[in-house]
Amino acid sequence: MLGLNKKDTNLLLVVLALTMLAPFILNPFPTGSAMAQFNAGYPDLMQRFVIFGIFAIGFNILFGLTGYLSFGHAAFLGVGSYSAVWMFKLLSMNILPAIILSVIIAGLFALFIGYISLRRSGIYFSILTLAFAQMSFALAYSVLTPITNGETGLQITLSDPRILGSSAMPDGSIPVTNLFGLEMRAAWDMAVGPWTFTFSAGYYFCAVILILAFYLAIRIFRSPFGMMLRAIKSNQTRMNYTGLNPKPYTLAAFVISGMYAGLAGGLMAAMDPLAGAERMQWTASGEVVLMTILGGAGTLIGPVLGAGMIKYFENILSKINETVLHGWFAFLPDGLEDFMVSIVYPFVGKGWHLTLGILFMLVVIFLPGGLVEGGQRIGRLFRRRGAKASGAEAEAAKQQPGE
Amino acid sequence: MDAILLQILNGLDKGSAYALIALGLTLIFGTLGVVNFAHGALFMIGAFCAVTIQRLLNLSHEVIDETQTDFLGNPLKVKVPYLQDWFGESMGSALQDWSVPLAILFAIPVMLVVGYVMERGLIKHFYKRPHADQILVTFGLAIVLQEIVKFYYGANPIQTPAPEALSGVAQVLPGVVYPVWRIVYFCFAAAIIAGVFAFLQFTTFGMVVRAGMADRETVGLLGIDIDKRFTFMFGLAAAVAGLAGVMYGPINAPNYHMGMDFLVLSFVVVVVGGMGSLPGAVLAGFLLGILESFASTTWATTTLPGINQIIIYLVAIIILLTRPRGLMGRKGVMED
Repeated sequence: MLGLNKKDTNLLLVVLALTMLAPFILNPFPTGSAMAQFNAGYPDLMQRFVIFGIFAIGFNILFGLTGYLSFGHAAFLGVGSYSAVWMFKLLSMNILPAIILSVIIAGLFALFIGYISLRRSGIYFSILTLAFAQMSFALAYSVLTPITNGETGLQITLSDPRILGSSAMPDGSIPVTNLFGLEMRAAWDMAVGPWTFTFSAGYYFCAVILILAFYLAIRIFRSPFGMMLRAIKSNQTRMNYTGLNPKPYTLAAFVISGMYAGLAGGLMAAMDPLAGAERMQWTASGEVVLMTILGGAGTLIGPVLGAGMIKYFENILSKINETVLHGWFAFLPDGLEDFMVSIVYPFVGKGWHLTLGILFMLVVIFLPGGLVEGGQRIGRLFRRRGAKASGAEAEAAKQQPGE
Repeated sequence: MDAILLQILNGLDKGSAYALIALGLTLIFGTLGVVNFAHGALFMIGAFCAVTIQRLLNLSHEVIDETQTDFLGNPLKVKVPYLQDWFGESMGSALQDWSVPLAILFAIPVMLVVGYVMERGLIKHFYKRPHADQILVTFGLAIVLQEIVKFYYGANPIQTPAPEALSGVAQVLPGVVYPVWRIVYFCFAAAIIAGVFAFLQFTTFGMVVRAGMADRETVGLLGIDIDKRFTFMFGLAAAVAGLAGVMYGPINAPNYHMGMDFLVLSFVVVVVGGMGSLPGAVLAGFLLGILESFASTTWATTTLPGINQIIIYLVAIIILLTRPRGLMGRKGVMED
C-alpha cells in the first residue's frame, strides 16, 4: 500500500490508529476519579505530543539515520515559529500559508547553517551547530528585536495589518488561527458515562500532518537516499574510497530535518500564535536529542514514542505534589507514609527532570537502541519461551535490531 | 589607555573561569579521550561546596538576650552561631566571614571523590563507545546533578559573599579601581594553572601521565597501571573545575544552572584552544574572556549591536572552519 511493504504499512496503520484514537487512548480514567490526573487526553497536551513527534522524526533523519549529532536543532523550531507568527500578523490567520512559510524559511536557514557546519563531523559538528543555535538565540533575544520582539516574544495584536483577513473580529477581539474558517481551538466534548473525551480541530490537524510526516520519513528510510545516509553513518571513509561524495547527501538530510523542525515550529505557532526566543536555546535542542535517544535513534517509531513519553512525563509528573503523594500512601502507617513520600517526592513535581535525566542515562547505558529495542528484547524473550521447539530462536536472531 | 587596561582586567576574571573549566575539560579529553558534558555540573558542585560550608559555619542556636527587648519589654531571642560559642566572638565571626576561601579545603576532597566515583562508576564504561554516546550520557548526568542540587538548595541564587577584607575595590593604577575579589580570583586561577602544569611537568607521576597521553598502549606495556593514574587525573580535573566554582561564588551568586551556562562556553574555549592541548585551553580561555569584555564596551555595541553576545560563538565558528585543530591543538586530534 502506498509503495510500502507489509511491515511498514502495518507500522503506518498503527501510528494512524494511535493518533486518530488518541483522545480515547489517553483518557483511560473516568473524569471525576482519583486517577484522572493521569489522563492526557486534553487538546493542549495532545497537540504537544504530535508536534514534538514531528520535531523528533525530523531530528532522527539527521541523527538516527546519518549519525550527525546536532545540538542546535531548536534554532529551526524557533525560526519556524517566528515566520508563522509573522504570516499571521501580515497575511491572514489561515494556518496553511503560515506553515508553508515556516517550512521554507527553516529550510533556507538549515541550508545556510548546514552548508557551513557540515564541513566538520563528529564533536566539531555538534559544537558548530551548538554555536550557531546559541548565536541565533542571542540575536533573537537582543539585536533582532524589531523582528522577534526580544524577550517579550512575538505576539499577534489588534493593530496588525492582516492583508487577507480582518485585523480584529467584529466584537473587537483578536481573530483566532483557523483553517479556511475552521478554528483551531474548536473542540467538541463527548460524554460516555463518567468519561469525557475531547476532540479538537487543532489536534486532528496536527495529527494528519504527523501521519504525512511519518509516511514521508518511512519513504526516506526505505529509499536509495536513505541507504546512502546509512552508509555515511556506518563508514564515511569507505564511502569516500568508493568515489561517492557524501556532502550533498548529508546536506540534504540536514535541510530535511531542519524543515521538519520548522514545520513543528510553525504548527506550534498555529496552535498558539506566539513565539519566543527560549524556543531556540540549546537546552531546547537537548530536549529533542533526549526524545530521539529515549525512543530509539534510527528507528521509525522511536522518536515519536520518545517525544510522547517526555511530554507526558513533563505534564503529568510535574502536576503531582506532596498532597497528592500523601493521598497515595495514605493506606500506610504514618511514619512509613512520610518516609515513602520523602523518597518519591524528589522524582515528581518540580523534580521530574531528575526522573528524566536518570531514565535517559539508563537508556544510554543499557539500551542504546532506546525504548524500541527494549520492546523488541521483551518481545523476543516471550517468543523464545513460547516456541522453543520450532526454530524461533533462529528467527529472532535474524531480526535486524532497531527497525 | 586606562579604559583598555580596565577591559583587559574585566576579561581576565571571566577568562580565568573559562580557562579553569576548559583546562579540566582538556585534561579529561587528553587523558581519557572522553568528551565530558558534565563538566559544567562539576563547576556548579564546586560553587555549592562553598554554599554548604557557608551554611555549616552559620549554624546557630537561639539565646535569650536580656539587653535587647521588643516593644512589650520582653527580652528578644537572638541567634548565636555555634562557632562563636566555641571559638569566641571575634574568631567565630572571622571564620564565618572567610567561608568562601575555607570552602576550598572542603571542596578539594569532595571534588576528588566526585571525580573518582564518576570515572569509576560511569565514564569507565564509555571509553570504547562513540563520542556521541559519551556526550549523551554525560549530558544526562549533568541534568541529574543539576536537579539534585536544585532539590536541596532551591532554584534561587544563593549569595556567597567574599571575606570583608577582600570585598572592596582596589586602586590598580592611578585612576583605575577594580574589585579586589576579581584580582584574587585571577591570582587564584593563575596559581592553580601553574600548579597543574608544574605537577604534570616536574613530577614522575605527571611524566607518566604525559607519556600515557601520547601513547597509552606503550606505557601500559611497560608495566605501568596507567588506568589508575588517569582515574586520578579525572579527579584532578574535577577538582580544578570545582575550585573554579568555589571561588566564582562571590562574583556571581551560585545557582543550579550555572554549570549549563558555562558548559557551552567552555566547550567553545576548548575547541578554540585545540582539543587536548592544555596550554591552548588556558590561552583560549583568557583570550576569549578578554575579547568578550572588549566586545561589551559601548563603542563595540553601538557599532555592531549584539556583538557582545555572539562574539565567542563567532570566533569559535571561524576557528572551527579555518583551523579545526584550534590554536595550539595537535594535528589529527578528532579531525575526520
